[in-house]
Amino acid sequence: MNNKTNIELRTTPHVHAPHDVITIMRNVVFASLPMAAWSIWLFGISALLLLITVLATCLLTERLLNFKAENTLGDWSAAITGILLYLTLPPSFPLWMGAVAGFVAIGMGKVMFGGLGMNVFNPALLGRAFVQAAFPVAITTWTPALFDGRFTTLIPSTLTAPFMIPQEVGEFNNQVAVDAFSGATPLALQKFDGITTPLVDLLTGMTAGSAGETSAIIILVCGLYLAFRKMLDWRIPVAVMAGTFITAELLQLLNAENPDGLFMLFSGGLMLGAWFMATDMVGSPVTPRGAVFYGVLIGFITVIIRVYGGLNEGVMYAILLGNAATPLIDQLTQPRVFGEDKSQKESS
Amino acid sequence: MGLLNFFSKGTFSHGVHPPTNKEITSAKKIRRLPFPDHLILPLNQHIGKPAKAIVRKGQEVVRGEPIAEADGFVSVPLHAPATGRVKAIRPMSTARGEQFMSIVLDVYEGDTQQVQWRHEYDIDNMGAAQLRQAIQDMGMVGLGGAAFPSHAKVTIPDDKTVDTLVINGCECEPYLSCDHRTMLEYPEDLMRGISFVMRAAQLTTAVIGIEDNKMNAVEKLREHIPQGSNITVVAVETKYPQGSEKMLLKSLLGKEVPAGKIPLDIGAVVNNVGTVSAIGKLLPRGEGMTERVVTVTGPGIDKPGNYIIPLGTPIGFVLDQVGYRGGRNNFVLGGPMMGPSVSDLETPITKGSSGLLILNEAEVLKETRRIWPCIKCGQCLDACPMHLNPSQLGQLAGKRQFALMAEDYHLNDCFECGCCSYVCPSNIPLVQQFRVAKAYNREQVALKNE
Ligand code: SF4
Ligand code: SF4
Repeated sequence: MNNKTNIELRTTPHVHAPHDVITIMRNVVFASLPMAAWSIWLFGISALLLLITVLATCLLTERLLNFKAENTLGDWSAAITGILLYLTLPPSFPLWMGAVAGFVAIGMGKVMFGGLGMNVFNPALLGRAFVQAAFPVAITTWTPALFDGRFTTLIPSTLTAPFMIPQEVGEFNNQVAVDAFSGATPLALQKFDGITTPLVDLLTGMTAGSAGETSAIIILVCGLYLAFRKMLDWRIPVAVMAGTFITAELLQLLNAENPDGLFMLFSGGLMLGAWFMATDMVGSPVTPRGAVFYGVLIGFITVIIRVYGGLNEGVMYAILLGNAATPLIDQLTQPRVFGEDKSQKESS
Repeated sequence: MGLLNFFSKGTFSHGVHPPTNKEITSAKKIRRLPFPDHLILPLNQHIGKPAKAIVRKGQEVVRGEPIAEADGFVSVPLHAPATGRVKAIRPMSTARGEQFMSIVLDVYEGDTQQVQWRHEYDIDNMGAAQLRQAIQDMGMVGLGGAAFPSHAKVTIPDDKTVDTLVINGCECEPYLSCDHRTMLEYPEDLMRGISFVMRAAQLTTAVIGIEDNKMNAVEKLREHIPQGSNITVVAVETKYPQGSEKMLLKSLLGKEVPAGKIPLDIGAVVNNVGTVSAIGKLLPRGEGMTERVVTVTGPGIDKPGNYIIPLGTPIGFVLDQVGYRGGRNNFVLGGPMMGPSVSDLETPITKGSSGLLILNEAEVLKETRRIWPCIKCGQCLDACPMHLNPSQLGQLAGKRQFALMAEDYHLNDCFECGCCSYVCPSNIPLVQQFRVAKAYNREQVALKNE
């Protein structure tokens, strides 16, 4: 017998599918890049600077708070949080506030829970919720898409010094806007002024809004790519969209002034939320039936907040609530085991 | 996909599609390996009570002669695979990891391959009970890997009505092709074996299920179905673990074996093609089981193929015959999804060894993976053919809540097929955790009973 033999003892199975955490996370990052790129095209260098700031803060926070432990940047999950968080912020958001959001997202949303796999809430949304509470004005200050000179001039609020109140952008908006710009998003226009933005504008994202709540088409394409590669659970976005559409249509039956289902689907952060936020694996149910229930719940809460709440946008809170309900949903939707007769089990 | 297949071809839900790597050996004719200079025959080559040795140290035996007898009903005898002298009866390494009492045989040089000891049977006039006795006497067990005594499997309890014999020709484990070759090369043996088993268990119909990546075997067997017999050949979807009894029954009959029950409870008996064709070959000759077809394959050797190997041959000897390259290897007895790694090259080929897989350093390194926390992706739930929740089970295992795993999360329905570990992007060794949990629970039960 060959005496060079070196025997490896392994446990079964001895083979593994080609993917792992890194390939999945990396693909999510790649899939979110087109959305980021489109937002930069719409909003210019202010948006680019904001992306860089948020991303860098997230990565730094992940590394510094884990400085004693193994380097976890390699799993790409902090990068996902960074990009997604950026996509939820208004392009005019002061950079220093962006850095605060990034720090909170990773620090409180992830590291405090014990890192990857342990967090209860979607870290990006937690960061966004924090700055929503801390800087209510800045986070609802909008600039028009595609304004002239967006690649040469910064939006005045971008470079606000840390801990300073950002400069007003109303004047700036009036200067750059082609038509009269009301400074409101389609959802706000609809809710407070009863003006419905045309669906085409919603689909392409040529409206005011957060960096990433803009083009529904790009989000859909990127999301479908991930779904086909089995890197996100298709049941969740489908259920969120169905829940939103059905709830909206039902409410419109009650009161014809309420917006219709299509408007609800394609306005605000719903698409981004359904495809990229609600699908965060860690915070969503593992069971197939749970995923459907969770999605519908998010859609339902979103519409309720939008129609009856004081805010015009509800996706973020709906998803955070969904995250909180996940352990319970998982518990209640354990799969039916092969060969198990549910009816018998309940009667016995 | 699932829905389409449901209408066009028999299948079950969930499961995985690992690369099959069967083309390495599936076109190669079965060949014989020579006798080694010694054979190691553990007395526990089957599930159930180990056999009892009936030879003494120093005794001469001839090829085919019984050397150990069945000890009770769920037990089978052992036959000498070669002519030689009993060198020792002592504990030796086995594939299951622990040492077990084995008969070590020094093989006489220049021994012929002739079997020199046999029963005389009047096969055409034997009743069901006599046939079952003959199957036990030949030492036959399930050759698909489980090694459950065949006569016990075809003994139908009085309170069960069973009419269908399901022949398992799926061979869903990657790399293996011994069943495929057996179907192509010995179709007559298989058909004869089916008629014996149907008589032994008093069954009326037989269905052969074969994965649709082996259509040449499907056609071959269809050509060989005897006139007037009630045998059908059905192609099922190629998907792991199609060859597990419960999955195959779902695919072929559309019925689920209730949790905690066995195929008999839905009116079927399942046997592997290798087993049945061995019965068809050996029973008319009155011979015991002394050798089997083994797929020897993998990137670590030069001459992969299907070989008839005498039982008891140490795997080190097999390696010498197939152009083993040396280096850092993982030796797997069986297929890569469920076959155990072996640490001792003196470990013998036994009745349940369907394959010997040599995974070389490149493969070993590829499968040396970093483990991450569970990211709750749900892929394991979509893979588990038993529809368990491996994610939850894994987390409970991490907290050592083994009893809860069995009580509330159906741990005991897990048959360690490996689908969950195969897909887990966090590379969590789920199957290993479940094995530990089951062992712990068994121990607790044993302690309680004391
Ligand atoms: S090893 Fe067990 S838990 Fe994992 S997929 Fe197979 S049956 Fe399911
Ligand atoms: S496949 Fe692995 S990471 Fe995904 S849910 Fe199952 S155990 Fe967790």
